[in-house]
Amino acid sequence: MTTPLLEVRHLKVEFPTRRGTLLALDDISFDIAAGEILGVVGESGAGKSLTGAAIIGLLDPPGRIASGEILLEGRRIDNLPYEQMRKIRGRQIGAIFQDPLTSLNPLYTVGRQLTETITTHLPLNQAQARTRAIELLEQTGIPAAAQRIDQFPHQFSGGMRQRVVIALALAASPKLIVADEPTTALDVSIQAQIISLLKSICKEQGAAVMLVTHDMGVIAETCDRVAVLYAGRIAEIGPVAEVIHRPAHPYTAGLMGSIPAMDEDRERLLQIDGSMPRLNAIPRGCAYNPRCPQVFERCRVERPELAQVGLTRAACWLHAEVAA
Amino acid sequence: MNAALNRFFDGDVWHSFRSSPVAIMAAVIALVCIFCAGFADWVAPHNPFDLASLELMDARLPPAWMDGGTRKYLLGTDDQGRDILSALMYGARISLFVGLASVVLSMVIGVGLGLLSGFVGGKVDAFIMRICDVMLSFPSILIALLIDGVGRAMFPNAHDTLAFLVLILAISLTGWVQYARTVRGSTMVERNKEYVQAARVIGVKPSRIMWKHVLPNVLGPVLVLATIQVAAAIITEATLSFLGVGVPPTSPSLGTLIRVGNDFLFSGEWWITIWPGAMLVLIALSVNLLGDWLRDALNPRLR
Amino acid sequence: MTGNPLVEVRDLAKVFDVSPPWLNRVVERKPKLFVHAVDGISFAIERGKTLALVGESGCGKSTVARLLVGLYPPTAGSVSFDGVDTAQTLVGSGALALRRRMQMIFQDPYASLNPRWKVLDIVGEALREHGLISNEDELKARVADLLQSVGLVAADRDKFPHQFSGGQRQRISIARALATEPEFLVCDEPTSALDVSVQAQVLNIMKDLQRSRGLTYLFISHNLAVVRHVADQVGVMYLGRLVELADKANLFARPRHPYTRMLLDAIPDIHMTGRARTPVQGEVPNPLNPPSGCSFHPRCPLANERCKVERPALQQFQGIQVACHAVIEGRD
Repeated sequence: MTTPLLEVRHLKVEFPTRRGTLLALDDISFDIAAGEILGVVGESGAGKSLTGAAIIGLLDPPGRIASGEILLEGRRIDNLPYEQMRKIRGRQIGAIFQDPLTSLNPLYTVGRQLTETITTHLPLNQAQARTRAIELLEQTGIPAAAQRIDQFPHQFSGGMRQRVVIALALAASPKLIVADEPTTALDVSIQAQIISLLKSICKEQGAAVMLVTHDMGVIAETCDRVAVLYAGRIAEIGPVAEVIHRPAHPYTAGLMGSIPAMDEDRERLLQIDGSMPRLNAIPRGCAYNPRCPQVFERCRVERPELAQVGLTRAACWLHAEVAA
Repeated sequence: MNAALNRFFDGDVWHSFRSSPVAIMAAVIALVCIFCAGFADWVAPHNPFDLASLELMDARLPPAWMDGGTRKYLLGTDDQGRDILSALMYGARISLFVGLASVVLSMVIGVGLGLLSGFVGGKVDAFIMRICDVMLSFPSILIALLIDGVGRAMFPNAHDTLAFLVLILAISLTGWVQYARTVRGSTMVERNKEYVQAARVIGVKPSRIMWKHVLPNVLGPVLVLATIQVAAAIITEATLSFLGVGVPPTSPSLGTLIRVGNDFLFSGEWWITIWPGAMLVLIALSVNLLGDWLRDALNPRLR
Repeated sequence: MTGNPLVEVRDLAKVFDVSPPWLNRVVERKPKLFVHAVDGISFAIERGKTLALVGESGCGKSTVARLLVGLYPPTAGSVSFDGVDTAQTLVGSGALALRRRMQMIFQDPYASLNPRWKVLDIVGEALREHGLISNEDELKARVADLLQSVGLVAADRDKFPHQFSGGQRQRISIARALATEPEFLVCDEPTSALDVSVQAQVLNIMKDLQRSRGLTYLFISHNLAVVRHVADQVGVMYLGRLVELADKANLFARPRHPYTRMLLDAIPDIHMTGRARTPVQGEVPNPLNPPSGCSFHPRCPLANERCKVERPALQQFQGIQVACHAVIEGRD
């Protein structure tokens, strides 16, 4: 079996505050194979953006990795010194963030930002870098790329800017792209364009993608596999079709039920009562137990580990009981 | 009240204070100065303004640790036998009073005009901002001198109280522009927020919205500004008194003391002018440091 | 249209002056600039029903919301509430009485509550302002009732907004809007900033309240799936104009206008039915410089010469209203 491109093993991320240490990510483990698109979905506070930030090495202090390992192509990257991590960022791992307005430096032309990234990571001279930059802009669907390369970010619309950001992320041909809510700030018709662009260009370049979002629809369209996060833990992880149509974890089922569907009429949406627990008040045992419609005694006491259920893996005692 | 106090001591601001040695030291120094100034009648070893208690024989004594000094006058005496230490405390009282009063007046004028300017917008805003621009193009001392001069010309036989009022007015008119601009900016931001729109939809009158909704939300930066402006006001007052156009000579402030002592600087009696100067610096510095800490503590992004 | 509608809007228009300052215009010879945020809209909402307005950024739906509730005066056209013109009433003596009957819920749960006020004051402000209570105890009791009707508890009235989550704050907003027992609620993207499970809670509450109190809603959203869940009638807006207005069943089953079809196609296919999708073209143009004729023509697969020149009017067509030459001519 080939080594996965990215391996995250038992990752824990904590925030020391003066009121005690908060564990924002509690023992997360998953893999991403080369060229695969993995979705990381969850609601606000679940820890999905933190996962992305930890992998790129851009955790905001005082947040830090408490324990666990992150391996890129078999080599650890979570404990690298700043300079080495900086080389990996951009060359091996590219990043796309939510807000295209703040992802680009408003004072430099788009071309300058692209060529700067290219020459930093690849052995090309200025002229070659510029050619490559124009190619990238064309690939991401920007019309008249050869002229627009010398324009400033404010001269592009929101959707165009996000395309530039994608071009920037792919500039040095990284093997992995971490995309944190890349379409949330865009109009719905532009979202569709950007999603399909991301999917096609990553397949073309053979880059794997970790797509972090709260939008299940985007996940359904783009991803091969999906991990559902709840309160800093993985509730369920598996192939997209399985998780969406045959969710094994009650939280995933509740989530799918609360999404209004385009193809059926319901009087009331399925409602999960309560809300995600705050980091300083995570319940004992399974974090979902106060809200779970199928809770029983064991859930309140012991925390479940991810176990195989059909084609997916879910952290839920319902299935362990059946298997036992 | 108890609940509010509990919330305060539990909060980030108090915690930030406790963990900043500079802030604690500055606060302690400032409190000591304020205490001595406020309770000078009881704390000062002598009353330098009670002419009966002065002994001309004790004039121009150096500080206690030097040759010729005594423990009775810890920091030395001036040319009329007044104890410098006591004069410092009484002087600080005048300086602090004038400084604080002008800051309060500045704040009222500045916040009021800034709120109006930001909330109403349009021509009112343009008008008020032009006034600000004009005021900023004059050096503050000149404005204070001008108002002071006009005041003296209008009331040549003025009582001391009137002189004080004119002085406070003069200093506050140099400082209000900062408040107006800061508050105007914050008001323009808050005005577009949805809770203001919600109040309009309910039918609340604009003046009431300005006063009850917007004002509490724009006061944060004003507090920081006020703390720093206290130091500036004290120094402005000292400058004016040094120039002889500040407080009346019967109530000498630190500035007056510096001026008086200046004449004796070159005859070697340095203590008469240096101690008031040092006190002025100490007060201004501690208040400034407190203002710095407060600004960082109240900035939500830095927490 | 059965019965008399509660809200009727006729040829409503709102133009914003975004010209550079006077000095710049004189010195740099720049022209005055105007944005036609709302460009001639007409619709009616029946009592107890929900009309949803959908569209992307720049379509003017939020401006329509604010026009209806009187936050801006219209540049042209009229808004009638229960037969009475609102623009005139709101500057006259009947303003307060009218305001009691219509309220608004906003999009951002964090900016829509005054962070320095207690929940009691926030929810009770309308009661105080309109003189609907006579003393503090009555206020506390009424606020407690309102909080309970949205699924919160009476004790919450002594807390501050920052002690609540986004979904809870939105419920407080709803409680505030219901304080004067209004008949009409304008909801400007009330769930767009909320997580999916919280959104479900808030939408359920809104539906329950509509049933129990006979409320009429104008629901603004960009999310067609949510609109499908809550609306009776749907209006699709593009660059300040209504391009299609139909009841829910018709709009989703047989969308006529090319833009409506594009929007529906753009929705991610969460159940992965593998339906065929036509690729989406272009982006919403700059509202300062809208295309001539039909403003959608640069992106429309059915555009012809007439579309570039003549602006289509909203017309009745097979039970719905649509503004499209291609549809009327039968070219689609």
